[in-house]
Amino acid sequence: MHDPHKDSHLDELSGVSTTGHEWDGIKELNNPLPRWWVLTFYACIVWALGYTVFYPAWPLLTSATTGVLGYSSRADVRSELAVAEAGRSGYVAAIKAADMQQILADETLRTVATAAGNAAFKVNCIQCHGSGAQGSKGFPNLNDDDWLWGGTPQQILTTITHGVRAPEDADTHVSEMPAFADILKSEQIASVATFVADLPKGANSTETAAPGAEIFAQNCASCHGERGEGNQEMGAPNLADTLSLLADGEEAIAAQIRAPKHGVMPAWGGRLGDVTVKELAAYVYSLGGGK
Amino acid sequence: MLEKMDIERLDAEAVNSQKQRQVLYAPRKKIFPKRASGGFRQFKWLVMAITLGIYYLVPWLRWDRGGYAPDQAVLIDIANRRFYFFFIEIWPQEFFYVAGLLVMAGLGLFLLTSTVGRAWCGYTCPQTVWVDLFLVVERAIEGDRNARIKLDKEPYSLRKLTLRTAKHGVWLLIAVATGGAWIFYFADAPTLLKDVFTGQAAFVAYCTIAVLTATTYVFGGLMREQVCTYMCPWPRIQAAMLDEASLTVTYNDWRGEPRSRHAKKSAAQGAVVGDCVDCNACVAACPMGIDIRDGQQLECITCALCIDACDGVMDKLGRERGLISYTTLNDYNANMALATAGGTQPIDPTRVRTADGKLATALQHISLASFLRPRTLLYAAFWSLIGVGLVYGLVTRERLDVNVLHDRNPQFIMLSDGSVRNGYTLKILNMIAKPRVMAVRIESLPQSSITIAGVEAQSDGAFLVPVEPDRLRSLKVFITQPRHASADQVQTFRFIIEDTQGPETKTYTATFQTPGSSK
Repeated sequence: MHDPHKDSHLDELSGVSTTGHEWDGIKELNNPLPRWWVLTFYACIVWALGYTVFYPAWPLLTSATTGVLGYSSRADVRSELAVAEAGRSGYVAAIKAADMQQILADETLRTVATAAGNAAFKVNCIQCHGSGAQGSKGFPNLNDDDWLWGGTPQQILTTITHGVRAPEDADTHVSEMPAFADILKSEQIASVATFVADLPKGANSTETAAPGAEIFAQNCASCHGERGEGNQEMGAPNLADTLSLLADGEEAIAAQIRAPKHGVMPAWGGRLGDVTVKELAAYVYSLGGGK
Repeated sequence: MLEKMDIERLDAEAVNSQKQRQVLYAPRKKIFPKRASGGFRQFKWLVMAITLGIYYLVPWLRWDRGGYAPDQAVLIDIANRRFYFFFIEIWPQEFFYVAGLLVMAGLGLFLLTSTVGRAWCGYTCPQTVWVDLFLVVERAIEGDRNARIKLDKEPYSLRKLTLRTAKHGVWLLIAVATGGAWIFYFADAPTLLKDVFTGQAAFVAYCTIAVLTATTYVFGGLMREQVCTYMCPWPRIQAAMLDEASLTVTYNDWRGEPRSRHAKKSAAQGAVVGDCVDCNACVAACPMGIDIRDGQQLECITCALCIDACDGVMDKLGRERGLISYTTLNDYNANMALATAGGTQPIDPTRVRTADGKLATALQHISLASFLRPRTLLYAAFWSLIGVGLVYGLVTRERLDVNVLHDRNPQFIMLSDGSVRNGYTLKILNMIAKPRVMAVRIESLPQSSITIAGVEAQSDGAFLVPVEPDRLRSLKVFITQPRHASADQVQTFRFIIEDTQGPETKTYTATFQTPGSSK
């Protein structure tokens, strides 16, 4: 290494040697970098050259050199995902083989399925049912105990798998309430709406006395039940409980009677596969409203 | 007086002294510390044996924890987030005990430094201990100072190659053992030892061994004093911690100067002669390559080997020991004032001696009083206070912990019969290495009913929840209350979690939300 103290071109003012370069009387001082710094620098250059041989580095016209190690970050992600898949495969196989009762009875399977179902719910379901599964007007709240198509684990699974009024699935839940605007007079609709609105207050005392009672018995009870308790076989809502999905208050009930709205839910079985819909059913069941 | 003059004058150069200091880009000048012998050297051997013994042996100590937890006495179980130290088990949320220990270590270092100076550097710092160990190897293979200097200057021959290979080989062995011992603190030592040799251990274990082998070999064998001088922040911090009552290794020039290589002749000619015979024994022994006679300097790690070297020479000369000694700046200044007649005259060692050649009684020496200063007492008080606090915390800490998270989305659920339901996540932490059964119930929420997913209620309304040893159990709890019972305001109630076999009980106050309360 260059030793400035043995140099003949010493700068008088600073006592440091010069490189011998001079511009208009100004000389360039020669302060070499510390040895460790220079060695580290050279080592880095060697390292960098080696790196470009082993790893993707040099840009070509349409791609880049792949490096002799064949490394790629995408492959890294793929292998990490594969490891995660492999780690889950035991549970996945067990969930695939078990029915809902078995999944819920086994603490480990239930925990795994509920957690996985929660993740799948956040991706596929919250758009309609909300991030806390609390629903909104027209979209059922999955936390409560009021079920249109049944709240047992198996019924939940069936609904998720085949959907509701889903055109793409032959086994989907289908039912349709007629538009009573063409069948009943508007006073009749108003009185039956009053009757329905009063049902949750305790139908026993009002059912015979109310003017709407007879109309209800003739037109509505075949689906909604004699006391408005609903029928999960055909997705007819329970009108006697305190929860309502579409219509709160007489006006809204009357509107629904005249020209009913119907909810639609896609069939998820074909999209997500057996295992994921079971996990979703386990998650929905875990929300606490299941039967 | 100076009849025996068989003191070997060493041709030693203090390569790192101020006078010799090189520009930064010049290659390092090698230091060949000569073996010292004496009390401080003995003490350093002892410290080395203890510190290395602790480092290498502690992972192999066993401690029975009853089968549910590892039986290694000291274990940092990163995978399971537990720290085991004999009878103490620390969970991540109790990490403040470790933080407290670090604060105590810091204050302890302040206390140590303000009283006995850079004792940490000189005796217990791993860099010092391992360099010492590497020097033992170097001396055993290549010989002491002169032999090593000679060997270093020789051109490469079969003999030099053999010696050098042997030396670096043993160094590398020590380095591997050092890196190897480290990993045993993080996993079951006997299992890991077998795994390491059969190639079964985790990649990170081999990485750790490799990195620590490299640092041990490079720092302890090749860089040595450069680590202390250029890389370490302690010399700067510790130097700032010293004051005039702290002990430092000091050359007592008030009795040593004027130094003379021909003391007998000079004395005969009537010249003033100090005790220092300029034999360079102190310089040759110094592992940092400095001359302590230049005064206190940053490079000095106060290993006290120069004291041993000088004391040996003084013994041979029949002079009192302590020409180089642990001294406070206060004592030094007082003695210096005595030797220079209050700073008015050049040093005259006869001023510090009585007529018959004994050291004067007016000289000041180390005294207990210099240790007891407000500063050191405060350090000691804070140190003890934190220590007592930590011990108190440790003795009274709870081994059962409970957290309740109220569902926030949604905050409550209306049910079809009009009642209101709230959901909670109840987390029970069993922080001992034994399985326990907890009884869970709620209190002060009228007409409420409670269900816990996966747990059946007992006849008395409580839920018996088994919790595995050293585990957290998370439960989904639903509490339902009829609509007419809720007063449309936030109600507070209590979760009571009781250890069915032990005395521990935890209470957690939670809230119950209703439609009216969350407006």
